[in-house]
Amino acid sequence: MAPARRSLGRDAAALLGLAVALSACGGEGGGGGGQSEASRVTVFAASSLTQAFEAMAEELEEDSPGTSIRFNFGSSSDLATQLEQGARADVYASADEANMIRVMDADLVEGEPSVFVKNKLEIIVSAGNPEGIRSLEDLENSELVLSLCNEECPAGKYAAEALDKAGVNVEPDSLETEVKAVVTRLQVGEADAGIVYASDVASAEGEVEGVPIPAADNVIATYPIAQLTDAESAAGEFVDFALSKRGRAILEEHGFLVP
Amino acid sequence: MRRPPRALVLLAALAASFFAVPLAALAWRAPWASLPEVLTTEVVGSALRISLVSSLAASALSAFLGLPLAWVLARVPFPGRSVLRALVTLPLVLPPVVGGVALLLALGRLGLVGRALESFFGVTLFGTLPGVIVAETFVAMPFLVLTVEGALKGLDPRYEDAAATLGASRGLVFWKITLPLAAPSVAAGAVLAWARALGEFGATITFAGNLPGETQTMPIAVYTALLRDVDAAIVLSLVLVAVSLLVLVTLRERWAPQA
Amino acid sequence: MSLEARVRARAGSLALDADVRAAAGETVVLVGPNGAGKTTLLRVLAGLLPLSAGRVTLDGEVLEDPAARRRLPPERRSIGFVFQDYVLFPHLSVLDNVAFGLRARGCSKDQARAEAQEWLERMGIASYASERPRVLSGGQAQKVALARALATRPRLLLLDEPLAALDAGARAEVRRELKASLGRFDGVRLVVTHDPVEAMALADRVLVLEDGKVAQEGTPSELSAHPRSSYIAELVGLNLWRGRGLGDRVRLDSGGEMLVSHAPVGEVYAALHPRAVSLYRRPAEGSPRNVWSGRIAGLEGEGGRVRVRVEGSIPVVAEVTPAAVAELSLIEGEEIWVSIKATEVSVYPA
Repeated sequence: MAPARRSLGRDAAALLGLAVALSACGGEGGGGGGQSEASRVTVFAASSLTQAFEAMAEELEEDSPGTSIRFNFGSSSDLATQLEQGARADVYASADEANMIRVMDADLVEGEPSVFVKNKLEIIVSAGNPEGIRSLEDLENSELVLSLCNEECPAGKYAAEALDKAGVNVEPDSLETEVKAVVTRLQVGEADAGIVYASDVASAEGEVEGVPIPAADNVIATYPIAQLTDAESAAGEFVDFALSKRGRAILEEHGFLVP
Repeated sequence: MRRPPRALVLLAALAASFFAVPLAALAWRAPWASLPEVLTTEVVGSALRISLVSSLAASALSAFLGLPLAWVLARVPFPGRSVLRALVTLPLVLPPVVGGVALLLALGRLGLVGRALESFFGVTLFGTLPGVIVAETFVAMPFLVLTVEGALKGLDPRYEDAAATLGASRGLVFWKITLPLAAPSVAAGAVLAWARALGEFGATITFAGNLPGETQTMPIAVYTALLRDVDAAIVLSLVLVAVSLLVLVTLRERWAPQA
Repeated sequence: MSLEARVRARAGSLALDADVRAAAGETVVLVGPNGAGKTTLLRVLAGLLPLSAGRVTLDGEVLEDPAARRRLPPERRSIGFVFQDYVLFPHLSVLDNVAFGLRARGCSKDQARAEAQEWLERMGIASYASERPRVLSGGQAQKVALARALATRPRLLLLDEPLAALDAGARAEVRRELKASLGRFDGVRLVVTHDPVEAMALADRVLVLEDGKVAQEGTPSELSAHPRSSYIAELVGLNLWRGRGLGDRVRLDSGGEMLVSHAPVGEVYAALHPRAVSLYRRPAEGSPRNVWSGRIAGLEGEGGRVRVRVEGSIPVVAEVTPAAVAELSLIEGEEIWVSIKATEVSVYPA
């Protein structure tokens, strides 16, 4: 006991030293990565855009060496709250219009938002579609373990609309708070089917498959993007890139529809 | 020693496996081949660094501020003490995301206090390492305060009385008697706070954002990786688990060797 | 050098209202039942609890006087306190425990340790200097506590139950050493105890505290001769009754009359040693007075004697030999006859 207590102070000092050392080498790394006096664009984006936007940023940074992009991915509504509370960002890309309107109401949007991407719903099933699901009607089978989003998240709201249009009554076995959680359930085999965005299916290609929902029943989500007030000059570059031909191609690769 | 009762041992084994099996499952599902590749990415390195720096800082800050608070709660009778105690436990019961929103409303750039922070000191917390530390301290400090308050209450007040009759001023009594006698519980509380801070997700992503290289801690990196692919998320989780186990085992051996 | 204290203080449901005077070189022992306020009184004197009214003066210096808004905190009173169970600091060595007070009063580390070492040598426990208190026996811990309190050279020494933490075997030896140590200390000594033997052995003067008030004060011999409360009577092992003196008898407040050789007229105490109480199986013949019957409520062996508690018209404790218990076949619950001699009852004004 006695020697242990004596070493307490030394341990604390060692840990503190470790913390300082770590933050020091972090500072160095940050400085090295910063390159010249680059214009750094901060993009707040809905988490479903993660892969597509990271791919876009990579190309954009290559094309214009003076620009670096950093992302803050999260749920559209959390991001809107952060912006309302004064978080500094240059671009906001939301997965629905409601949250973009919140940000506009806070007088934070420069000009007008543009819809740069659309997302349609798909039925998500395990790779090889072992249950042989072909349509929304097939989801009525109560033997099936069905995973949906709750209606507080846009994907859940749209799924309910789609099921309604198709006149289908389902009993979901789980209601997730986030669309990616539905994908994860399929990936780990906890569910047989779910309804998610086509882009989500594309992001987990190989482990899951998508079953299309006919246009008549489908609900199309629209993603608006906007430059924010007092933005970095290069902010427009990112918005323009997202709306450009190349940008649309990347978005399509990741399963999105483009307008 | 007499043989322990079989029922107790069985239940203890059940409890132990309750912790061990999920960990084993993570290890079993992990794509070990891709481990070196994932570990060497810049994102993981910076997330690990941010997590360690911020959690150690949060633990230190919790001790620095929480110790006096615990002392006041344990030793100074005043009206509203039970209200204050309930207030301290609030972050334990509050969903962390709600805590994050509350912090944003208080310390955000347009928040109650944040406005003053910015206009007088030019300090903004969103998207910065200090912001991460604030969010983690918010959820971690109660663990330290409650642990230390309990220990101080259990401490025979006559030790302090004896020191006073020997001529020690209040300050000297605190430093030479109270603090050393409470040291083991301060250490235990700091370790608990550190562990809680290391695993913190909700308050941090809401209050400080999800900016890789700046506020993206390991748990947030796990969440973001989950948006891309589950395997990467599992690898990151394993790293987090390994680091925390390493530290906890080391600390336990040093600070509670006879346990 | 002297202590003069008029203490009015509250602690929980206890209202303390006691005057204590003690001279240098004098050992005053505070006795009283549990909850009488003995420890509270010591804490008030040490400054650990505030006075609500009254005044505490040590060697002419006013330590506390609420009326004058004066109150010295404990650390500025020249008082040594030996707590019950000793309360040695578990995280410091024995030497540093004793050196603590000197360090707190601004001595250099080396000087404080050197002086502490001397105190340990004086107490004969120098070999434990570098040990932690938890390895000490009760007697050794008491010496360390005493050395720790004395090292600051206080003018008043307070000891709270200094022997209660010891087992019976060690007590006599430690008590003798404690008495010797107290004898070498030239300030005022105030000792709290609930043990009558300890009180009688250590005290120059005894102060009986009951329910926060001083019930009686005097030398040990005064107290044992003329107890003025049932607590102190029991403490010194006497039967005590209160009543009205009527010349040759006392009418007891609890009912009944007792013949005595002489009783002043007015409120009196009547005290009787249990050895002077005789027990019979049948009504005693001969002298018909001061005889009554009762039921045996308890038998207690104590040092070769048996104390027999008898409940009846006049409750009384008798002390008999174990042989007598066998001969009379005394059994709890049985009826017994009691007789006392009028000349053995000591009567004094209340």
